[in-house]
Amino acid sequence: MFKYLKQLTSLVAMVAVLFTFTTESMAAKKSKTLKNTQKKGFVRCGVSQGLPGFSNADAAGNWTGVDVDVCRAVAAAVLGDANKVKFTPLSAKERFTALTSGEIDILSRNTTWTLSRDADIGLTFVGVNFYDGQGFMVRKSSGITSTSQFKNGISACTNIGTTTELNMRDFFNSKGISYEPVAFEKADEVVAAYDAGRCDTYTTDKSGLAAQRTKMKNPDEHIVLPETISKEPLGPVVRQGDAVWEDIVRWSLNTMIEAEEYGITSANADMMKTSDNPAIKRLVGAEGELGAAFGLDNDWSLRIIKQVGNYGESYKRNIADTGILPDRGPNQLWTKGGILYVPPAR
Amino acid sequence: MNFKLKDIVPQLITVIAVVLVFGFFTYNAQINMENRGIDFGYGFLSQESSFDVQFSLIEYDGSHSYFRAYLVGLLNTILVSVIGIIIATILGVIVGIARLSPNYLINKFAAFYVEFFRNIPLLLQIFFWYFAALRALPLPQDAEAMFGVFFLTIKGLYVPAFIWQNFNIFFYSIIAAIIAIIVIRAHAKKVQENQGKQIPVFLISIGLIFILPLLSFLIGGVRLSFEVPVLKQLATTSFIYEGGVSLPPELIALTLSLSLYTATFIAECVRAGIQGVGKGQKEAAASIGLTPNQVLKLVIMPQALRIIIPPTTNQYLNLTKNSSLAAAIAYPDLVLVFAGTALMQTGKAIEIVSITMFTYLTLSISISILMNWYNKKIAIQEK
Repeated sequence: MFKYLKQLTSLVAMVAVLFTFTTESMAAKKSKTLKNTQKKGFVRCGVSQGLPGFSNADAAGNWTGVDVDVCRAVAAAVLGDANKVKFTPLSAKERFTALTSGEIDILSRNTTWTLSRDADIGLTFVGVNFYDGQGFMVRKSSGITSTSQFKNGISACTNIGTTTELNMRDFFNSKGISYEPVAFEKADEVVAAYDAGRCDTYTTDKSGLAAQRTKMKNPDEHIVLPETISKEPLGPVVRQGDAVWEDIVRWSLNTMIEAEEYGITSANADMMKTSDNPAIKRLVGAEGELGAAFGLDNDWSLRIIKQVGNYGESYKRNIADTGILPDRGPNQLWTKGGILYVPPAR
Repeated sequence: MNFKLKDIVPQLITVIAVVLVFGFFTYNAQINMENRGIDFGYGFLSQESSFDVQFSLIEYDGSHSYFRAYLVGLLNTILVSVIGIIIATILGVIVGIARLSPNYLINKFAAFYVEFFRNIPLLLQIFFWYFAALRALPLPQDAEAMFGVFFLTIKGLYVPAFIWQNFNIFFYSIIAAIIAIIVIRAHAKKVQENQGKQIPVFLISIGLIFILPLLSFLIGGVRLSFEVPVLKQLATTSFIYEGGVSLPPELIALTLSLSLYTATFIAECVRAGIQGVGKGQKEAAASIGLTPNQVLKLVIMPQALRIIIPPTTNQYLNLTKNSSLAAAIAYPDLVLVFAGTALMQTGKAIEIVSITMFTYLTLSISISILMNWYNKKIAIQEK
């Protein structure tokens, strides 16, 4: 009898230990995520499995893109080095689970901000780093130049697990067109199937269409139709429940946009410390104590601008110069006819 | 009864440990989900799904519920599994027997097939059949008609649709034929046991299954016409076929790869089964004057089946589970529709994954039960 009692005791002890771990981790501390990130020494960032211009790895495994730059900005602010990021490529299906389960701390993966995602599933969208809309790509040879030429029976290739599937249904239903949705799990397969002729049209966010077009056998044979059938504000996402971390990510992005507004670039950031404009001086850390609110030093925003650059530099480097979308469209500053408008950093 | 404490305690501890571990995980998940603002519940199943599915056996569109989307996925999984199991079994038996053929060419060809297909990962084979087929198949406007009515194109296989009049009469005639065959077989068995006379049951069966439906056409007023697919232009270079029935290339590629892959394993089971029957059995059967056909049917197969069925059951289970690789090539099975799109749209990861797991478990157990029943039926019945 005593023999088993001993086993029972050790079992109970084991369970008790496990419970202690949970209670400890449950204790609400001020930005657990920030603390963990500083302890680990890198920012854990979820990105796409390869979308040129947004998050794409080269042969050597170096990630580039505007989504990647958001994570780099956070790393520069929090850890002082924009390269201290661990990227996790995620499919559309996996992305939210990876974030809510704590596998990553920022999801910066061309993710559309919608009410249900924001409210329902334990996520918080911190801002918009790319204003997009869903469009259609067709073969030039089809002679289609507008979605009004779509006819009953058209087959459309797309990804599963995205807002695309829902928008597509809304669009075709409102036009009264019957269609065949062919939905794949990974973007590469969508492109391959569309390219082979399985589908008449390929639909996703227009930026995605422009980026994927560059991957096709013969990009010139395809065109993106002018119509935009939805609003797709893409932005970084964090877990709900860590307000400080949320603020850090939000203001890292805002810093990049505001820096462009004030003409601060990675090249001239240091010189701007002596600017006459107090708003500029605040952004480069020469005035005010903005970092303290997050538990960061005062040079956090200067590091972002110096190491990653402002939003315009990031856009030019990743999206314009690569020929994906040379025209900034709505992703231009509000002062230049676009809709990029961020609250002031003060 | 004499319960000994020593016998009970270890079992009691095991039960407590299991309950504690499960309780711990449930509790932990609850706390963490609460912390992260995730609701738990199955209420979403009745909500409007608002996404469409390419291929469905039941009427479905985005205005139906998530539960119906689940059914769509489940039925598609069952469809591909059933077709796959049937083809794999037929192919497996043929190849298995071919491997024992004294003919060098047939023997080696069967061996090559088995070694080739069972040693390449299934996912690769699925990609191969899908993308190779996509590249190789013609666009709808370039497709040549097979037998004038079938069109195999990159957008799918278009076959004529049957348009029935008085289909129910035709259906009853088939049912009547099947019942008649069962009755005749039972009768023939009795006659053979009592009088030793053999009735040509097989010929009679074939006759019945043709003649009764034929009669339904001649005097029952059953009419059948075909709706042949017709090419329709959508744009300058994009065409589809309208009318008829279309089988998506995803379904074809998936069925093909699953069957070809699983058939190799079934072929080995069949070979093992036949080789497992003693040579003396065959010789003894021949010595009492049975024809080679009768030897196979009455002596070899009944014994071989007992060896073949249990490992083949495993292969059926594997095929069913492997069908979840469908997601890679856009075949809307349970994993793609429910554990894919529905999960994404609702964010109910734990609920949906648990439902999906439970569904596969139920499917597998059903197959197991069915096969075990069959296995028991053909097992040696000691008299």
